[in-house]
Amino acid sequence: MTGRRAVLAAAAVGAAVVAAAVPSLGLPQYYISLLTQTWIFGIAAMSLDLLVGFTGLVSFAQAAFFGTSAYMIAVLATQYHLVAFWPALGIALGTTAALAALFGLLALRGEGVTFIIITLALNEIVWGLAYQWVSVSGGDNGIAGFVRPPVFGLDLSGTAAFYRFTLAALLVCLALLAAIVRSPFGLVLRGVRDRPRRMAALGYAVQAFRYAAFVIAAVFTGVAGVLFAYYNEFVGPVNLSLDTAVQILIMVILGGVGTLLGPLAGAAVVVFVSNALSNLTQRWELILGAIYVAILLFARGGLVGIGHRVARVLGAATRGAGPAARPVMSPPPGGRGEP
Amino acid sequence: MTFYAQNALNGLAYGSLLFMIAAGFTLIFGLMRIVNIAQTAFFLIGAYVGLTLLHAGVPFWIAAALAGAAVMAAGLLIYRVFLHRYHADELTALLLTLGFALMLDDLALAAWGGDPQSVPPPAAFASSVQLGPLVFPAYWLALIVLSALAAVGLRLLERRTMLGAVIRAGVDDEEMTRGLGINIDRAFYVVFALGAFLAGAGGVLGSPITGAYPGLDGDLLPLAFAVIIIGGIGSLEGAYVGSLIIGLVSTFGKALFPELSYFTIFVPVAAIMALRPQGLLGRKR
Repeated sequence: MTGRRAVLAAAAVGAAVVAAAVPSLGLPQYYISLLTQTWIFGIAAMSLDLLVGFTGLVSFAQAAFFGTSAYMIAVLATQYHLVAFWPALGIALGTTAALAALFGLLALRGEGVTFIIITLALNEIVWGLAYQWVSVSGGDNGIAGFVRPPVFGLDLSGTAAFYRFTLAALLVCLALLAAIVRSPFGLVLRGVRDRPRRMAALGYAVQAFRYAAFVIAAVFTGVAGVLFAYYNEFVGPVNLSLDTAVQILIMVILGGVGTLLGPLAGAAVVVFVSNALSNLTQRWELILGAIYVAILLFARGGLVGIGHRVARVLGAATRGAGPAARPVMSPPPGGRGEP
Repeated sequence: MTFYAQNALNGLAYGSLLFMIAAGFTLIFGLMRIVNIAQTAFFLIGAYVGLTLLHAGVPFWIAAALAGAAVMAAGLLIYRVFLHRYHADELTALLLTLGFALMLDDLALAAWGGDPQSVPPPAAFASSVQLGPLVFPAYWLALIVLSALAAVGLRLLERRTMLGAVIRAGVDDEEMTRGLGINIDRAFYVVFALGAFLAGAGGVLGSPITGAYPGLDGDLLPLAFAVIIIGGIGSLEGAYVGSLIIGLVSTFGKALFPELSYFTIFVPVAAIMALRPQGLLGRKR
């Protein structure tokens, strides 16, 4: 097992080194931009996976948190002249956490499907606020006129520098999320996902754990939102629209629910497919929708599940199936399949 | 006073429109436990099909019926091929309908283009009605009456017919209903067809108010969901009451707080979630 772990660690370090070297490979800026977007949305997708895959809560409110922290960066910079990175990050994430603390209280009043419906409604309310509260948000025009500040004295205005910065942020978020899901806390979340009533009978405050996961996921998504605001140097209502919420969810499902790395792969697929296909055909949304439905119908483990299947067929997975992806999506809380 | 009366009537008309979406949504969820996110996409497709028929010279009411039938056929196809296997799996069903909503949205964009289109009301109701100091489009009054009639009709269907009895039995205990030898699968098809028809025909009936444009389905979805949260998921009466409440709140919100009108919908939703999470007329599960 330790040998396997060492191999995995070496592979991870190798992948990170290769990823960090990408801007030096002479790729067109366009692809570096797409990869930067992948890392940013990867953070958002992984944080949603903490909810969907590990806690059994499907939330459509993730764009609200993504967009709220992005808007905070823009509002702080343009209206309060607060441009320094760390204070702005702190305020943006604090606001996002406060919003999630409020939304979590409301949404978790509903069980299962009702939770999903409420998160969708909450997300749209935030969108409506950004769209209509023109004096603060600029309405449909959004907010421009702010630039990437230096971080640790590093100038991030260049594509390559910002690429490396988002990659570093991704790795930090991935490490933190991986630590969370492997911690005792993460184990309780899985128990809450699979057997909420039994966990309650064992004395765990099921709703409190769901609530904590909801807020933690929102804060990580907020990190992605901050990065996205700096990436575009612009925020608009689309950043917290239902479309964005759906895209993040599709990344999670495409990649493989409950795998963390799967949603990162899902983010790559959505970013590259939507950009590459949009050059070829106007109907890329239809194609993406069809891929998504096909994954739901035929490959519930997502890309990670497909990878495991391929590996098994090739006989590569010699010692057991490894930490296999959960083949079936977990039931919604309070759903059937109890006790 | 005129201001309030005028907005109240506007709100009732808008709520009546929302009921066309929410009714099917709540019926489908109540019986099959499928959250049909594509319900507002059905509405949008209905509006576009109706518009095409109107341009071809088909009378308004017939266009509404035909568009409803077309959407019903599409809905039945989706249900038959994909959804009917996922009754017991609420999450998969929901995520699937999300995929279909995306695809229908994009298909509508491909077929009817991106320009917003306005839809004229039927000629007989194109004028305005004078109610004391109020001037009100006749068509909006017609829509209020029509939607109320639909609510009464659905209520009678649910309470007074054999099909309704089967539906109610299925909602309460699907397994036992099957055990009694009742063909509940037929009721599933009928309910899904009915929900799709209501949304499709509602798209035509509502389009003189909403117009037809890409993204209309996305704009209506949170309103429909707010209706369901307030009324109580699965309850037909709740859907009607919730529709009128959301119609009134959003209309008054637009008039009183134009910058925050969308936000005002949040108030009743939050209040319901805090005080009565199962909704006004919903049942505790």
